Amino acid sequence: MSAPDAFDLAVIGGGPAGASAAIEAGRAGLRVVLLDEGRSAGGQVYRAPVSGTGASSGQPDGAVGDRLRADLAASTVDCRFDHRIWLVERGFRVHGLGPDGPATVEAPRLVIAVGAQERHRPVPGWTLPGVIGLAGATNLIKSQKILPGRRVVVAGSGPLLLLVAASILKAGGELAAVIDANGRMDWLRHAPQLMARPDLVGRGAKWLAAILRAGVPLLSRHALRRIVGDDHVEGVVAGPVTGDWDPSASGEFQIACDAVCFGYGLAPATETTRLLGVKHEYVPDMGGWRAVTLPDGSTSVAGLYVCGDGAGVLGAAAAALQGRVTGLAAARDSGHANAADAVERLLPQAARAGRFGMAMTGLALPRDGLLSAMTPETIICRCEGLRRADIDSAIAAGSQTLNGLKSATRCGMGPCGGRVCEDTAAALIAQHTGLSREAIGQSTSRPPLRPVPLGQLAGAFNYLDLPMPEPAPQ
Amino acid sequence: MPKGLRIDETLASRRSFHFSFEGREIPAYEGESVATALLAAGITKLRCSPGDGGPRGLFCAMGVCQECVVSVAGQAVEACRLLAAPGLDVKVQP
Repeated sequence: MSAPDAFDLAVIGGGPAGASAAIEAGRAGLRVVLLDEGRSAGGQVYRAPVSGTGASSGQPDGAVGDRLRADLAASTVDCRFDHRIWLVERGFRVHGLGPDGPATVEAPRLVIAVGAQERHRPVPGWTLPGVIGLAGATNLIKSQKILPGRRVVVAGSGPLLLLVAASILKAGGELAAVIDANGRMDWLRHAPQLMARPDLVGRGAKWLAAILRAGVPLLSRHALRRIVGDDHVEGVVAGPVTGDWDPSASGEFQIACDAVCFGYGLAPATETTRLLGVKHEYVPDMGGWRAVTLPDGSTSVAGLYVCGDGAGVLGAAAAALQGRVTGLAAARDSGHANAADAVERLLPQAARAGRFGMAMTGLALPRDGLLSAMTPETIICRCEGLRRADIDSAIAAGSQTLNGLKSATRCGMGPCGGRVCEDTAAALIAQHTGLSREAIGQSTSRPPLRPVPLGQLAGAFNYLDLPMPEPAPQ
Repeated sequence: MPKGLRIDETLASRRSFHFSFEGREIPAYEGESVATALLAAGITKLRCSPGDGGPRGLFCAMGVCQECVVSVAGQAVEACRLLAAPGLDVKVQP
């Protein structure tokens, strides 16, 4: 194997945080490499559309994504797209699988900006084809330019709910209903923090107005009870929720549809920082478990920085500012003293954007009443096909941590790496045992961070070239 | 024929081609993932779960959940991340 490419700084993730960090660090004089599994920069939020530009495709902030891609292209940053990162070692060595095979880069400093993943709360039928995540739906509509179905129900909580609903209407699709677990009072309770970004509040109000103008039923304080269908979604059954979001307490009704977009906010993707042994903390208003960072992105591991939604879900505006701060901090710490002033200048702006994001994240956070929609037969771990009854009996038998539950049942051991089920599994343990999320913990992160074909990682080699030690003397 | 799911106003100007899914010819446009082209063709069930045997399809649409994996040349790949290409021979995971 050839020697890995060496840089001053490696950045994992080309969303607003990672791309901004790479651009700033490059401008300050560092040799920077950026790796991302997408085919271009932008991340999930500014994903490049299949045709035209972000702006011409009518994406909210589409022009911001276009500018990010243009700035990155004009920078000195060495961009490696379509690279799936499967192992990161301290020191730092980043191992990926790219279009031309395995690739390793080395740098004394590393920025992790891997973003967030969707949080789910299962209901019976959520595994049916036709049910997709809210974040996935934004991807389909704004990047792939396809509707998730002919007649769609949008359900869950948080700002993505309104974004997906408004995007479907704007594209000329049919929306059967919008089902929001929050009520008007819940939104109002967050108003003071939201006013940190009146421009973004205005956009949300516009989405809401579009939904109401179209005459689509907007069911506040409601949630899905189950999704029905045989080989595909045929409808949903929903009901009003209690203050704890229990949807099974009173009457229910059915809505016909052929697609459901469904989710309860976002959670930081922490598998890479867990693998590197960074200190984490559980902060519900930042989406749950997050790597502990200082405002400049630095962590408990020397030379390692985390920024963007991966360090706490605060949204794209905050991510871009945090990314710039972090890129400059990495340059400062590499001996480029002139970057220090810029870090201080940007910090207040990043904090303001962060307050808005935190209000949105807190609003999306699922409440425990949703757990009562999960019948004993409801699948919790989609990869392993584990039902709630399997999880419940393992907890009753003594599984009190995510690692314990994993050993007992294989929950979280499938190809998704636990990223779809673990938050729900932890919520179930907490409900049964009364333990805190800190006590329940996170599961141990292990490589490969993403499923990769072993044959491709090994590449082409001659078996006879392998160094074989002499056998021990008899 | 009901209205299609594709919403790109510039669709006509994009290159189109076909690939194969379980022997069926699927039309696709440049830039689309295999999952997108299959969704447009009305195919949403992509496999049965090895865990519980139930039908599965596109779910996270961003390479996390592994629910949409299909098989190309014997290799498991996510349909949501796999770029559709002319002549691609896509099969259901065995």
